[in-house]
Amino acid sequence: MIPSAVAEIAGFCMQVTRTRDPPKSGRITATKPYPVHLMKNGSSKHLEVVGKPFRKVDASAKVTGQTKFADDIVLPRMLYCKILRSHVPHALIRKIDTSKAVAMPGVVAVITGKSLPIPYGILPVSQDEHALCLDKVRMIGDPVAAVAAIDEDAAFEAMNAIEVEYDPLPVISSIQDALRSPGSAHMDDNPSRTGGPQLAGENKEAWRIHGYGDHGNVHKMVALEFGDVEEGFKQADLIREDVFFYEGNTHLPMEQHAAVAQVDGDGKLCLWSSTQTPHYVHRALAKVLEMPASRIRVIATPNGGGFGGKSDPFPHEMIVSKLALLTGRPVKVTLTREEVFYCHRGRHPVLMWVKTGAKKDGAITAMHFRSFLDGGAYGSYGVASTYYTGALQTVTYKIPNYKFEGVRVFTNKPPCGPKRGHGTPQPRYALEVHLDKIAEQLRLDPVAIRKNHLVEPYSLTSNYLRVGSMGLAACIDKVVTASDFKNKFRNLPYGKGIGLACASYLSGAGLPIYWNHMPHSGVQLRLDRQGGVCVMCGSIDIGQGSDSVLAYIIAEVLGIDPFDIRVLTADTDLTPVDLGSYSSRVTLMTGNAALEAAERARDLLIRAVSEKMNIPATRLSLSGGRLFDVENPETSISFAEAVQIAEARFGTIGTVGSYTPPPSAGKYKGAGVGPSPAYSYDAAVAEVEVDPRTGIVRVERIWIAHDIGRAINPALTLGQVEGSVYMGLGEALMEEMSYRTNRNVVHKFPSLLEYKSPTTLEMCDVKTFLIEDPDPNGPFGAKEVGQGPLLPVPPAIANAVYDAVQVRIDEVPITPDKVLSAIQKRDEKQEDEGESANGGGTGITRGVEEPHRYGPKSVPEVDWPEPVRVKPPWDGGTGKEILREAVHARE
Amino acid sequence: MMRLPKFEYHAPRKIADAVKLMAEAGREGQFVAGGTDLYPNMKRRQQTPKVVIGLHRIAALKKITGSASTTGVSVGAGVTLTELIENRTIQKYYPVIAQAARLISTPILQNMGTLGGNLLLDTRCNYYDQNYEWRKGVHFCLKKDGDTCWVAPGSKICWAVQSADEVPVLIALGVRVKLVSPGRERVIPIAQLYSRFDGIHYLTKQHDELLTEILLPPANGWRASYAKLRRRGAFDFPVLGVAACVWFEDDHATVRDAKLILGAIAPHPLEATEAQKLLIGRPLDENAIRAAAAAAHAVAKPLDNTDFLMYWRKQMVRPYVEQALNELRNPK
Ligand SMILES: Cc1cc2nc3c(=O)[nH]c(=O)nc-3n(C[C@H](O)[C@H](O)[C@H](O)COP(=O)(O)OP(=O)(O)OC[C@H]3O[C@@H](n4cnc5c(N)ncnc54)[C@H](O)[C@@H]3O)c2cc1C
Repeated sequence: MIPSAVAEIAGFCMQVTRTRDPPKSGRITATKPYPVHLMKNGSSKHLEVVGKPFRKVDASAKVTGQTKFADDIVLPRMLYCKILRSHVPHALIRKIDTSKAVAMPGVVAVITGKSLPIPYGILPVSQDEHALCLDKVRMIGDPVAAVAAIDEDAAFEAMNAIEVEYDPLPVISSIQDALRSPGSAHMDDNPSRTGGPQLAGENKEAWRIHGYGDHGNVHKMVALEFGDVEEGFKQADLIREDVFFYEGNTHLPMEQHAAVAQVDGDGKLCLWSSTQTPHYVHRALAKVLEMPASRIRVIATPNGGGFGGKSDPFPHEMIVSKLALLTGRPVKVTLTREEVFYCHRGRHPVLMWVKTGAKKDGAITAMHFRSFLDGGAYGSYGVASTYYTGALQTVTYKIPNYKFEGVRVFTNKPPCGPKRGHGTPQPRYALEVHLDKIAEQLRLDPVAIRKNHLVEPYSLTSNYLRVGSMGLAACIDKVVTASDFKNKFRNLPYGKGIGLACASYLSGAGLPIYWNHMPHSGVQLRLDRQGGVCVMCGSIDIGQGSDSVLAYIIAEVLGIDPFDIRVLTADTDLTPVDLGSYSSRVTLMTGNAALEAAERARDLLIRAVSEKMNIPATRLSLSGGRLFDVENPETSISFAEAVQIAEARFGTIGTVGSYTPPPSAGKYKGAGVGPSPAYSYDAAVAEVEVDPRTGIVRVERIWIAHDIGRAINPALTLGQVEGSVYMGLGEALMEEMSYRTNRNVVHKFPSLLEYKSPTTLEMCDVKTFLIEDPDPNGPFGAKEVGQGPLLPVPPAIANAVYDAVQVRIDEVPITPDKVLSAIQKRDEKQEDEGESANGGGTGITRGVEEPHRYGPKSVPEVDWPEPVRVKPPWDGGTGKEILREAVHARE
Repeated sequence: MMRLPKFEYHAPRKIADAVKLMAEAGREGQFVAGGTDLYPNMKRRQQTPKVVIGLHRIAALKKITGSASTTGVSVGAGVTLTELIENRTIQKYYPVIAQAARLISTPILQNMGTLGGNLLLDTRCNYYDQNYEWRKGVHFCLKKDGDTCWVAPGSKICWAVQSADEVPVLIALGVRVKLVSPGRERVIPIAQLYSRFDGIHYLTKQHDELLTEILLPPANGWRASYAKLRRRGAFDFPVLGVAACVWFEDDHATVRDAKLILGAIAPHPLEATEAQKLLIGRPLDENAIRAAAAAAHAVAKPLDNTDFLMYWRKQMVRPYVEQALNELRNPK
């Protein structure tokens, strides 16, 4: 479908909802798009499947243990693979001796980087990974050699018998080190003088983790300016600057990555893998193995959790494929938990600086946001992540002038990438805490400062993001009322607190990862003459329920039982391309594709039956497994009979549907990250208890309202909201990917026991409200829910901690030592000033003096590039950047 | 998947057979009870016995006998934590033991883990409880395969942490333990087991000695409590454990004797002797408790090898000692 036809999809959606009207009033006549805002909420009563809490189509198999995950696959003559990983953080590989391993009993093959020399990477601009390192390792955990043997024990023994000699290189372990390492533009030639890392030797190249990128260890720098922030600051009554740090954390899926490769009799390769992106894995395999894609089949197995951690093509997938090709036998690999920590691609640690100008009433006049991302050893999605740390600031509150500068650096740590909320929880945390401080300084209510300045629905932001339906006001009202926020805020006893935060997220990225004009999602539907319906789609269910959403939507349109539909997904041989389960794109994109395919099938049935039975097509409707005359409901035939009539009339009944997002409004360089067909919105209130003697924070309750457009299945939606709250709670309070920088940059604790993530005992009560503000771009108005609800959780908790003990924790996770140290510093100061430690009181006169805080004090100096300048839409901007000449001419 | 190394396995039914097998195996042998400590360590190649002698079939190790009011109670080393938690006598007369057991890891691990295994639990450290490949990255450590203690690089001793929850509790109660080896049997106060300040040689038990019984004193005249610091409400090992036991004079108010044992904050359990003295001869009131907590604070020697920052862990000694002692006030 061409992008300009997207509006039609909305038309079709509405049309579909009308066909679901009770027979007496039903008509299949609506041809014009029905104004969406008129069908808010109410119309769901006409739907039979959509909006109902059906169980998942794969639920029985999951709860009875019959779902086959990648590690459950066992094939005859299968070999087991183990991967030797680097135990040094940065080094040249001098020599690899595999002779001992090869000679060991049970060993069938041993390979090194030489067998897989072609680089790959998820983004076309970052093809910087090798399945097995060629000449250099960049982190502990980098794969160096691989063994296939008759069992896992033999493979393990052989792996340990491989000898590797390394020549160590200087190690980069922090954002600051990376920015100042030799060869970087921020560095004169003497590292000791500028406080950079030190190592003898003149070779600047030795310091560089990669030979590409902006300079030194700077992977990517971006600078964008919309409107004129300096002008905006001039109009402000208050200007405030803050610095925040958000520590990195990882996805922690219960299922460790696993893959099995097999070569069939025709020499075709099949890879089963626990991946969120079978299509991208397919492309990467074709490249790395130098095989035509037509001879490779990738089947994504059900993911036992993904959260973004299985969205890159991974070395182990290439390695088992190569080993299967070399040995002619199936080869399986199941990563250990430690290896999963090394695959990572999780939340970037981000240091942030934000400066905002505001009017007395809290209206923002300008915002300048800077982010510094610790990218780890590879590019991964990092360029996109960098842009994402600056993209979605604008879609909640009006920001007329906005400037963003971001830099991502390479360090010798496992690579960061997309984790639930990809690049946006960090700036959202900063923004919402910053706003809380501005509200306090202006003596404004934190509810009012947010609610009074919301972005208008159906508007363009200063950075050209096209906001559609926007239910944030309703979200705020819900949580504020339900939590009794107004009575509790600043009124709870010392140690108890309440905080508010809002957020927004994409319903799918507007642009694909590699540049092309093809659909982002395709669906094929086949109707069997015995009444069976099979839907085929490249999307992969990672637990979020995408298989079920396909079935529900098709069942809704064809008037059949969703559990009668055969759902066949994520198999590159059998299913049309879907880009993958990331960026909260699946319900909206495959949902729209499924809707289109189903409507085409429905139209074929109705046309054929109309002709055969001589009833006008407009009078025919599908419901309850039958096709009937709405004016004479006794006249009906079964769904199978309808398919038979259609098959006799048209031949085999198969239809396709596809979806391409609308083109972005922004045309400037960098405009590709941020646009989405629809934005979800969230508001959350957290109530916490802080023990001032220990600093331990307990989150008692979270009220969260999520604007989902429309819930295709409210039960699954609640699951996503609660799961997001749970994950946000972990990030807010305890999770950290931390390394011992003085000990070879080892990961402190790559284990489920010592990487602390909440258990059910730490989980708070959650009260969820769904706001249904249907979006014209979503199927039945649906927007995303998988990621957005995580975003408001950390800042709501941070704001609540401040309300409880009057210290600001400007760094996530909010661990007890940080809280206690801020409290103690405050109390010491009070004693110094001769104030009596007045029991439960705080002694701080709010608004007069800055409260005590724990957090980073400054951000590094960086020579930012000249920003891409864009005029906002209300200034006559076209979405294109202002040409450089014009900028200079103006100055 | 992480896999166990190859080993020979025996499952004797008698104590005598078990100790004989161990004598034969020598340094290569190791007992295993629930295996919840040993097997994960073996998967990570921290411990690599060639001969493993299973104790779960020895019925004599699974008994709880005796009288709480007169002789005291004997608990077999092979009694599981779940059995301990559910045992009526323990619940009624030694509730602190059941309470500490309930705080150990998770209910599933409590079903397998034994009291004996808990008392002999290997010391723990973030540089040691890692798999082989990880440890290679830091060139191994003093406790296993290396020669530097990365927690305190200048140190001659290993700083791995005593991490079993029942250890400080049973020391505070003054429990004795029975150790059996071929032709020899001895009963010692449990504190003697841990008299070495070294994370490697953390026990005074001989390698071939089997722990058979834990002998609890009669349950009268004292009250005890245990406060455990950890990140989460389940799974986590203690990063500070405070066991307090107080004997009262006949007036039920004046403290006759007190034991305050800090666990999980050093390579061996620490007795806060100064703090104990501050409690004796006076009522257990707020001032006494505060003074004792301050004195106990000075004893703790946390280093950076467990969860949480060490300076914060040290600061937690005060509130946790106060919590443990406050529980002992106002006898019901
Ligand atoms: C995830 C996890 C969390 C945990 N959390 C905690 C916690 O919070 N607190 C805590 O205290 N422990 C914890 N543990 C450790 C362990 O589960 C318990 O300490 C348990 O009680 C150990 O008992 P076991 O029978 O399984 O010991 P085993 O593993 O069988 O044995 C432990 C050691 O004792 C020796 N041994 C056992 N019995 C005898 C005997 N009778 N005579 C001589 N030697 C013997 C063994 O040789 C071995 O060296 C945890 C373990 C895990 C895996």
